[in-house]
Amino acid sequence: MTGEGFPGKLPNAFMTAGTSSFSEFLTQAAPELLPGRRPLPPGEHAEISAHATTIVSLKSAEGIVMAGDRRATMGNYISSRDIEKVFAADGYSLIGIAGTAGIGIELVKLYQLELEHYEKIEGSSLTLDGKANRLATMLRGNLGIALQGLAVVPLFGGFDNDAEDLSRAGRIFSFDVVGGVYEERDFDSIGSGSIFAKSSLKKRYRRGLETDEAVKIAVEALYDAADDDSATGGPDPTRDLYPVVMTATAEGTERVDEERVAETARELVASRSEQPYG
Amino acid sequence: MAMQFYTSPEQIMRDRAEYARKNISRGRNVVALSCADGVLFVAENVSSALHKLYELYDRIGFAAVGRYNEFENLRTAGVRMADLRGYSYDRRDVNAASLAKAYAQTLGAIFSEQTKPFEVEICVAGVGTSPQDDELYRLTFDGSINDEPGYLAMGGQADQLFGVLEEGHDFDAPLVDSFALALRALSNDGNGSQRELTTDVLEVAVLERSRPGRSFRRIQGLALETLMSSAESSNESGSSDEESDSGGSGS
Repeated sequence: MTGEGFPGKLPNAFMTAGTSSFSEFLTQAAPELLPGRRPLPPGEHAEISAHATTIVSLKSAEGIVMAGDRRATMGNYISSRDIEKVFAADGYSLIGIAGTAGIGIELVKLYQLELEHYEKIEGSSLTLDGKANRLATMLRGNLGIALQGLAVVPLFGGFDNDAEDLSRAGRIFSFDVVGGVYEERDFDSIGSGSIFAKSSLKKRYRRGLETDEAVKIAVEALYDAADDDSATGGPDPTRDLYPVVMTATAEGTERVDEERVAETARELVASRSEQPYG
Repeated sequence: MAMQFYTSPEQIMRDRAEYARKNISRGRNVVALSCADGVLFVAENVSSALHKLYELYDRIGFAAVGRYNEFENLRTAGVRMADLRGYSYDRRDVNAASLAKAYAQTLGAIFSEQTKPFEVEICVAGVGTSPQDDELYRLTFDGSINDEPGYLAMGGQADQLFGVLEEGHDFDAPLVDSFALALRALSNDGNGSQRELTTDVLEVAVLERSRPGRSFRRIQGLALETLMSSAESSNESGSSDEESDSGGSGS
């Protein structure tokens, strides 16, 4: 680490005042670490990386629930059966990704650090809207590679500590590849199985669901997505693999106990065995 | 043409050092010490918004005295450095020693190359798995780096504080006893008498040994009041013991 001006000193990018953003700092100090800053040869490259598939998120009485299946695909080939695509972005928010898996996971890692970095520099965390807008800005930087087939679309949501009352504290934001932010009213889904997952949620969702109930219908929506979309993985009892389900409530973010998710999935499969269409 | 006066390098360095030292010595004190529960930082600070104690990374804290804008600049650089390293390698690859060394180089370069040195003294502390594994580095304005043995003091009365800490420091002491010791050190006014320190002029933080992930925690509000009252009672019982030991009349 040598500095501009005289040797030994940290580079100027480290000592510059005025930004609390880690990704802005990276554009100065190490732009090659930003996914959108790597030059790609012209053409379409969608087939070079695994694709992460379906994520669902819905509001509950206490906050939000987000769930993702465990499959990643490359064309007709299943490249992963146990990938995790839903993460805690920070203490009160969740992020799930669909699209190019490698870049999506890198984006999540960068985003988690972005929020933590802000918290450390400023001494307080961003508002939930601020976090959503920050994520949109980071997506905009990826537009070039998205157009070349390496698109990533996140689903973001969390517990808004500034909300006026508890019923409005759970919030969900969806995005598109150009960095548009859209706040969702009740639920949303992204990825290849999202059409089926959304149709399922549409029939099952009610406002003010208890978290337990919300977890159940999230797992069910993923089951319905897997039923009709080959890129979405269903519950896999032979390998003991079930969806990743997380919640964000006033107590913070938490991953729903895997055994509980497995139990929910088993009950669902049993009930579908009797009634295949739910 | 203006006359160029010759000034010897010794003189220049001496002047710079004296300038920095004089301004740092006007600052209020900060104490950092390692104890059974982690690394405790206690600072005398009247502001509740402009801190002197900060988190750098999961197991690493930062404390400073001196000019606010200068140590804030260094702190931000440290957070960036730690986050960049953790992002490009792994979170466990960020350690206190490498941060301290980068700070030492930066402070040293600024001291020798710029007309005005940074008027700061900083501490980089890392909490380990046991109190003996804790790392405490004290860095001065000229880039000197000191690896301190479990406790350190910075600021105007650092030397007197060191005395108190040296006498009372115990690696295996619980947090309350270490806080009591830090209070005794900070309230020592150098003439043998004690000043009264209240919670509103204290900033307290700890790197908790047992907490996984980000271990830095500020102790403020009610938690600080509670810690203060238990530390005061421990200090009182401690001093009455000494009196009875020395054969005093006691109370």
